Amino acid sequence: MSDASPRGLELLTFRVAEQEYSLDIMSVREIRGWTRTTPMPHAPDYMRGVINLRGTVLPVMDLARRLNLPSQETNDRNVIIVVKMNGTLTGLLVDAVSDIVAMSEEDLQPPPDIASDPQMSVVRALTVIDDRMIRVLDLGSVVPRTSDEMA
Amino acid sequence: MTDHNDPMAEIKASFFIECEELLESLQDGLQEMDEGSEDPETINVVFRAVHSIKGGAGAFGLEELVRFAHRYETVLDEVRAHRLEADSEAHKLFFAAADHLSDLVRASRDDLPMPVAESDRLLTSLEALLGDVSDEEVRPEDFEPLGVSLTLDLPDLGDLSDVEEAPEAEEPPADSWIVRFKPEAELFDTGNEPQMLIRNLCALGEATVTCDLTDLPPLESLAPETPYLSWTITLQSTCDEAEIREVFEFVDGLCELSIQRPGAALESESLPPLGPSVTAEIARPPEPTAAPTAATDPAPEPPEPAAAAAPPFPDDTAEAAPRKSKDGGAKSVVRVDLERIERLVNLVGELVINQAMLSQSLGEAGLSPHSDAMNGLEEFQRLTRDIQDSVMMIRAQPVKSLFQRMSRIVRESSAAVKKDVRLITEGESTEVDKTVIERLADPLTHMIRNSVDHGLESPEDRGKAGKPPQGTVHLTAAHRSGRVVIEVSDDGGGIDRKKVHQVAITKGLVPPDLPLSDNEIDNLLFLPGFSTASQVSSLSGRGVGMDVVKTSIQSLGGRISIHSERGRGTTFSISLPLTLAVLDGMVVNVAGETLVLPLNVVVETLSLGPEDVQMLRPGAFVVRVRGGFVPLYDLGVMLGYRPARDRHEGAIVLLISLDDGSRAALVIDAIHDQRQVVIKGLDDSFYRAPGIAAATILGDGQIALILDPADIIAAEGPLRGAELALTQGV
Repeated sequence: MSDASPRGLELLTFRVAEQEYSLDIMSVREIRGWTRTTPMPHAPDYMRGVINLRGTVLPVMDLARRLNLPSQETNDRNVIIVVKMNGTLTGLLVDAVSDIVAMSEEDLQPPPDIASDPQMSVVRALTVIDDRMIRVLDLGSVVPRTSDEMA
Repeated sequence: MTDHNDPMAEIKASFFIECEELLESLQDGLQEMDEGSEDPETINVVFRAVHSIKGGAGAFGLEELVRFAHRYETVLDEVRAHRLEADSEAHKLFFAAADHLSDLVRASRDDLPMPVAESDRLLTSLEALLGDVSDEEVRPEDFEPLGVSLTLDLPDLGDLSDVEEAPEAEEPPADSWIVRFKPEAELFDTGNEPQMLIRNLCALGEATVTCDLTDLPPLESLAPETPYLSWTITLQSTCDEAEIREVFEFVDGLCELSIQRPGAALESESLPPLGPSVTAEIARPPEPTAAPTAATDPAPEPPEPAAAAAPPFPDDTAEAAPRKSKDGGAKSVVRVDLERIERLVNLVGELVINQAMLSQSLGEAGLSPHSDAMNGLEEFQRLTRDIQDSVMMIRAQPVKSLFQRMSRIVRESSAAVKKDVRLITEGESTEVDKTVIERLADPLTHMIRNSVDHGLESPEDRGKAGKPPQGTVHLTAAHRSGRVVIEVSDDGGGIDRKKVHQVAITKGLVPPDLPLSDNEIDNLLFLPGFSTASQVSSLSGRGVGMDVVKTSIQSLGGRISIHSERGRGTTFSISLPLTLAVLDGMVVNVAGETLVLPLNVVVETLSLGPEDVQMLRPGAFVVRVRGGFVPLYDLGVMLGYRPARDRHEGAIVLLISLDDGSRAALVIDAIHDQRQVVIKGLDDSFYRAPGIAAATILGDGQIALILDPADIIAAEGPLRGAELALTQGV
């Protein structure tokens, strides 16, 4: 990630609570339609619960709540982006997937240093596509790393 | 496990698997000897086990292992030849050596540093047994691997002339032997080479080898795969017959062999294969071996029909090699990679889920229960269940290996605290899921240590109590109503409840004024931070408490309980599910969520009437069930699905039984079904609430959580039960 030399990358862009975010496509495993989740008792409120991903139990996170954005009512257009982070799969519930865009690392700008904004700590970089600002998420800080503690 | 691309690593890996089996039969044999078995086959089994480990170790250049095994074997050989009478002290030493041998095997396998000092210490004690019987030096040629050569080229017969001229004559010819050797076709099938055998023979002394070509047919009628040659070797050596037989031990039954003094009538004798015999039901010697006693047996057993013995060395064919079972019947065993079985288990899991989906959609289609489709479905369900049971059986393993490890723990821990302890095991053939066995080792070790250290009194105290000085620890396993029950019991002093209660109060684990039942006091032992040992001994000072034991048993879906009688002893019993893959569950509905409870904890179901529920204090309720009071828990509240309610009339309640024999009532909304569910672990998710044991996939593809009621009630507050002791005291 901190690779200094310019390199190409592809971003999957999607909308969360009327805002545009993106993820490095290399961390995305698949995109699924919305299915009802089974809530996990006593889990953090941004965890929507678990779903059946072809026979395995996949935890699903409500990305809007994770980013402290107003949570939207779920509808059939919602999708779950399945990402792999720290060796485990996690589902991210988003409003809708928009596009896949190719760009180089040079097109990314570091986010303005607003340390007090908790929302910005999960944004790795900013970029502009068609005059729209797109936030690039730092997946490592979005997905809790508690699996390390358990291991 | 190992790199699958490296054939040598694979062969080595299977050698270590073989070693585990050999070590197991070694333990068995020693156990029988210790119990006074006079059967010569017992010591043979022991000897062969050590010998085979040595042979394999030599092939892989595991020098320390070879060194120890060789000298251990030498001592055993003396016992075998009745030149050494082994008393119980000697047996203890043999056990210690066997334990050390397994340490060496493991160290070799895992590339750990070799405990050489310990080897030397044991060898010194072992050889002290011999006195001046013999002081054989380690001779490297002894470990010359027989037929392990991986090149399967036919032996170059021309080479034999070289062999003739290269004998290692160490001693002057004082004696001579005539060895006639005629290989049979199977000998080549199993990768042995006459050349190697003859070379090894030549190493024993000065040899003259002549090849007998008389059976060789003309070229046109020669069957290329039939051996026609035989050899006569005149050996000038002081060695005895057993040493010569040892050279041929891996080809026993695969050749005609006669060993005679010159001048004795040359009559050919086929080596008697190992008779159907003896000891343990499980361990089979991987290589049939010519035991000297068997060779002199006037009535050798008829050769077994399945003369194809296992290959003399573990190689890739060992995976499917038919093995001889000791009870004479040809019971073949296939070694399968655990991963493949896991895959099969997962597929069966999918099948069960699919079947549930199918039956749900057929049910929704409104078909008549007598329609063909419904009948077919029923058949399908039965088949699914059969397949599932069979697959689970593949993973099942007898607990024997686990119990054997425990006997070592008893030996070591009793020596450490200077108590004389005897371990009696029962139900070793009880089968349990392999993963369960693996994860049981640590908790069981701790429990055994605990029994030896805390459970049993010192020999003096035992004498005062009128008990024999030797303490006994029983380790039993049995199947009981769909679960496996493993018990560790000692005949010690039992739990000193006053002391336990006092310690718990001192440590602030319970309020001083709270009266506790005997059962509750016993269960205090499982609280974290509890230890009765007034002195920290070398055994118990390891920082592992019974609470850890309890946690690990619970993570296996098991339960642990204590029964103790003052002066008579203490019994810990572990009850485990047979498998970690499926569960008979009760599917219920709570606040719109579907949940599964293990069926075996549900004692009965009730529908609450207006008079049934009493308030103990705000938020705490009890239910009257046939004169007794049972605490009431609202599952929906405990899981955070809904706020607490004050009225429970009309609710459905599951009466469940907890480990300590007490009961609890769980409020639910509806009961859906009783069915088998496939357990899906939640280990991968990064959060886990107490009381949630696992998850499963329902017929509609939705995930339902599997609850552990005991855990969820325990999480509600540890003193809840004690508080209830007040109300439940009737």
